[in-house]
Amino acid sequence: MNYVIEILGPLLEGTAVTLQVFLITLVLAVPLGLSLALIRVSHFRIASGIVSGYIWLMRGTPLMLQMLFIYFALPFVPVIGVRLPDFPAAIVAFVLNYAAYFAEIFRSGIQSVGKGQYEASRVLGLSYGQTMRRIILPQVVKRILPPMSNETITLIKDTSLIYVLAMNDLLRAARGIVQRDFTTMPFVVAGAFYLIMTLVLTWGFLYLEKRYAVYDE
Amino acid sequence: MPSMTSDLASNPPMLEARDLRKHFGGVEVLKGVSLQIAKGDVVAVIGPSGSGKSTFLRCLNHLETLDAGHLVVEGETLATTDAAGVCRYAPEPDLRRICRKMGMVFQQFNLFPHLTVLQNIIEAPVTVKGLARDAVIPRAEELLRKVGLLDKRDSYPSRLSGGQKQRVAIARALAMEPDIMLFDEPTSALDPELTGEVLRSMRQLAEEHMTMLVVTHEMNFARDVSTHVVFMDQGQILEARAAAEMFASPQHPRTRAFLEHML
Repeated sequence: MNYVIEILGPLLEGTAVTLQVFLITLVLAVPLGLSLALIRVSHFRIASGIVSGYIWLMRGTPLMLQMLFIYFALPFVPVIGVRLPDFPAAIVAFVLNYAAYFAEIFRSGIQSVGKGQYEASRVLGLSYGQTMRRIILPQVVKRILPPMSNETITLIKDTSLIYVLAMNDLLRAARGIVQRDFTTMPFVVAGAFYLIMTLVLTWGFLYLEKRYAVYDE
Repeated sequence: MPSMTSDLASNPPMLEARDLRKHFGGVEVLKGVSLQIAKGDVVAVIGPSGSGKSTFLRCLNHLETLDAGHLVVEGETLATTDAAGVCRYAPEPDLRRICRKMGMVFQQFNLFPHLTVLQNIIEAPVTVKGLARDAVIPRAEELLRKVGLLDKRDSYPSRLSGGQKQRVAIARALAMEPDIMLFDEPTSALDPELTGEVLRSMRQLAEEHMTMLVVTHEMNFARDVSTHVVFMDQGQILEARAAAEMFASPQHPRTRAFLEHML
């Protein structure tokens, strides 16, 4: 038990890094994903096609590859080439990647709302923007809560990928101690930390689902 | 077959549709439909399924885009077709403004499920007209009282019966103070016992001299409430006359056959 308390310090520091990557990614990728989804379902064919291509690229290659590319290869790309420190590089990769997945979740939610809602909005005089903002998207939120819960839980575990940029997230901190002390106990504690974070997320989403349960479709 | 002009109205017409044409894929759904409606007319549009009744109604407020034809609402041109056959609509802001003169009630209600009854009703006046919430609520409550649902003010639509939903939908449309009300088979999704309460609200509206265009299978409503009846078949208006005349002595053999079958 004393040993667990002893290793708690470095593991909590790792957890702080994990949570930072998680929260910043979530805060940036959700609005970006929503924007992508709105373009994807719009009637602007070319823009919609570009977004489809983007989603294909982001879902079609490993997140770790994207992260390595942004960190190591991007500085050598002409024009847009920029050298990012490890933390921003990781954030950029996570946001770009997760926005693609969120976009698809939003799209499925938007397209699951029947055309009667659009027609009712239109005959009442609402513009397309007003219809989206006031009528469609509020209904989408309720419908996408379960897949969003899934995706955010995946995100909190995916943050462990930043070890490839030599950043000390929770898992890498645990591994460091394992290799130093020749005991697997840090893995068990790290696992418990992930489970606690997942539990908080699960509860959070359950709370939201309950709040939205005041109305049925 | 030549298109038939159905001149029901005395001047000036509230709504004037001339030679409306619409096709879906290879199917011609409207083959030149013309109709004039005067203020206070209650026009029932009857006819077999697939005759183009609903499409006709949906073309009037631009839920469907016309292939050709002329559409004038209260003296303002909504759509017109030039000699070359190109159909043009009024520019977007005018189009929306003119369409707002027409309220619509759907077969499937289309209430907003995430909003309460009251919120459903005040949504458009607040969002579209920019009116203050507090200013709109008394009027919304008045409308709810009129359709007999003031006690459901704070309920969500999913808690209502079909008939109640449709009455809320009527109140919601009226909240935008339209000059014309379009009803697209308002009772077709309802159990017979719930049909009556919706028809009562519509009858009340007719008695207040609202101009109404009602696509319906309710022959009793057509006979007792409407001032005029239009019979459509295969994308055309075959007969359009005062309601009493239409039921007493239908002229067209197709109308006669249809009415005999329905009554």
